Amino acid sequence: MLGVALGAALIVPLLAVAWRAEGWGGLRASDWGALRFTLWQAGASAGLSVLLAVPVARALARRRFAGRGAVVLMLGAPFILPVIVAVLGLVAVFGRSGWLAALGIETDIYGPHGVILAHVFFNMPLAVRLILQGWSAVPAERMRLAASLGFGPGDTLRLLEIPMLRAVVPGVFLVIFLICTTSFAVALALGGGPRSTTIELAIYQAFRFDFDLGRAALLAAMQLAIGLGAALATLRVALPSGFGAGLDRPMTRWDAGGWLRWQDAGAIVLACAFLLTPMLAVLAEGVLFVTVLPASVWWAALRSLVIAVIAAIATAALTLPMALAVARGRGWVEVVGMLAVTASPLVLGVGLYVVLLPVTNPVTLALPVTAAVNVVLSVPFALRALVPAMRDLDADYGRLSAALGIAGWSWLRLVALPRLRRPLGYAMGLAAALAAGDLGVIALFARPGDATLPLALYQLMGSYRLGEAKAAALILVALSLGLFWLFERGARDADA
Amino acid sequence: MLTLEGVEIALGDFRLSADTDFPAGGVTALMGASGSGKSTLLSAIAGFLAPERGRIRIDGTDVTGMAPGERPLSILFQDQNLFPHLDLARNVGLGLRPDLRLDAGERARRDAVLDRVGLAGMGARLPRDLSGGQQSRAALARALLRRRPWLLLDEAFSALGPALRGEMLDLLAATARDDGLSVLMVTHDPQDARRIADLIALVADGALTAPAPTAATFADPPPALRAYLGK
Repeated sequence: MLGVALGAALIVPLLAVAWRAEGWGGLRASDWGALRFTLWQAGASAGLSVLLAVPVARALARRRFAGRGAVVLMLGAPFILPVIVAVLGLVAVFGRSGWLAALGIETDIYGPHGVILAHVFFNMPLAVRLILQGWSAVPAERMRLAASLGFGPGDTLRLLEIPMLRAVVPGVFLVIFLICTTSFAVALALGGGPRSTTIELAIYQAFRFDFDLGRAALLAAMQLAIGLGAALATLRVALPSGFGAGLDRPMTRWDAGGWLRWQDAGAIVLACAFLLTPMLAVLAEGVLFVTVLPASVWWAALRSLVIAVIAAIATAALTLPMALAVARGRGWVEVVGMLAVTASPLVLGVGLYVVLLPVTNPVTLALPVTAAVNVVLSVPFALRALVPAMRDLDADYGRLSAALGIAGWSWLRLVALPRLRRPLGYAMGLAAALAAGDLGVIALFARPGDATLPLALYQLMGSYRLGEAKAAALILVALSLGLFWLFERGARDADA
Repeated sequence: MLTLEGVEIALGDFRLSADTDFPAGGVTALMGASGSGKSTLLSAIAGFLAPERGRIRIDGTDVTGMAPGERPLSILFQDQNLFPHLDLARNVGLGLRPDLRLDAGERARRDAVLDRVGLAGMGARLPRDLSGGQQSRAALARALLRRRPWLLLDEAFSALGPALRGEMLDLLAATARDDGLSVLMVTHDPQDARRIADLIALVADGALTAPAPTAATFADPPPALRAYLGK
């Protein structure tokens, strides 16, 4: 039932998009340019992310040091970090009047290279985590055998590591490519000219500036085709499974002394500096401006908080029954859920606009629509966390629950919620963080009066009030990571 | 009386047919080699597995299409009989109301049953703080509290050591007799059957034989039992 509802929530907007899209003749030359740029920057971003991730993952795989756990944890943070905050941080470091410029290095972050830089900032850590999983999956016995045969680092690389990378890297590349094709906030803030407009941004411009719903729908159909194409491609490649498992223990190796030690230390230090400096640039200066923030920003923060909590609860209410259906063997529900990966925020936004237009003025529903779109986008991640746990629950206690006649609300209250606390807390935290930090649909719909915090932050940036923007960023980071931490940690503590 | 009427069970290549009555009252042991399908048969009676054809009746009521929790029976599994996150009182209380909203009278009945199986005062403990024997007692307490006329045991105490298992079987037989429960137990151990079973039914070669008195069966084992016992 809920699977059908989600399917409808996904497919109705997409059908609406297709219905409004009238012939490819409606596209301008610049739209085809947007298509080319979208594919090109996604390829470049994914390639660079993977290339830079390999030495970092290799270093983390073979070194033990104090703080290694913290580094691995930090690599997971960009996933829930609001995009606009990271963009502000990158501007503060690489911008024309940023830290690098202060050191006398001529830089400019606006343009295609800025877009790619931001994508690498977000996706290199993801690539490191996924590739590190590949390294952790090499059996310890294999390494012991290598040591007993007197393998040098070059032999290990050739005979063990390159085959592993060849199996893992295509999937990682494709995942990041898919993520980068739906890039909106980065392109909005750092791109935008004729040379650096993504399709998502072109949808926004057609919709917001030209009021051309037909062209926006055409572009949305184009975006959808890319998403489906990339998703089909991922079916042909072994995808890295999930996040986090087995990253905590470095493997024992006997072949990596000497100068390799310095190479590894360098890779880790550089990666940390790349990730932490922009955050430091934003947050340290933001503290100074928190007290002078206008009231409108605080109201925006409150709106974001409400949206985040609603999105978290709705995600739980939607994905729990879906996970149960999947665990009981209805696999198509999972397919519907995973289809949401191909949907992009702006495509869903335009589709919902078209659907809502005959009924009401969609602009008045900007906030509920923002929550709803973020719920749909959180579903694949929530399912990934919940389905295995639900399978275990059904296998271990399904018969006992049935034998005692525990069903419905009693089952939810006495069996499911206590046993699924951890994955559910993770899923809700993720949904809350994504919804709080989202700068997508809200930019499409919002009227001046109902900005969320990310939108307010973007507007402050646009009017060059960078101090206040940094303060807003500080609040937004506290809100997103704080909500994630509360849900995730809260569930874990209650478990003890 | 528990009646299997032309029951046919199919699980992949495995097939089992059963057409017999188990009389009410007393303990009936269901024996057979591992893989013979005795647990599968119990699953069908408990409602976890729909037979391909045939009817299952308990005391005259056709239960074939009923949900497991609605059938006039309780079942104890080999393991996972208790929810690990609920304390003993709540695990046992589930036998009275699956939503656990117990009133004062129900709480008193729950505590009385805990007392009866030797777990008085342990209601606040979690299953992980109990021994295997105590966990079995808690599961038995819940079954007693449910007051369903039939009690099914699927190798329920096989994880316990021999002395403890004997003790549990005796407790089970005594409480079942006091409460007028009919017991149908799956076991692979002839000692268990000898100890408490009044009747024995065999599952062998894809079929169930009619139950026969224990003493007579062991005195003059039919060929299938002879093969299983290795005599």
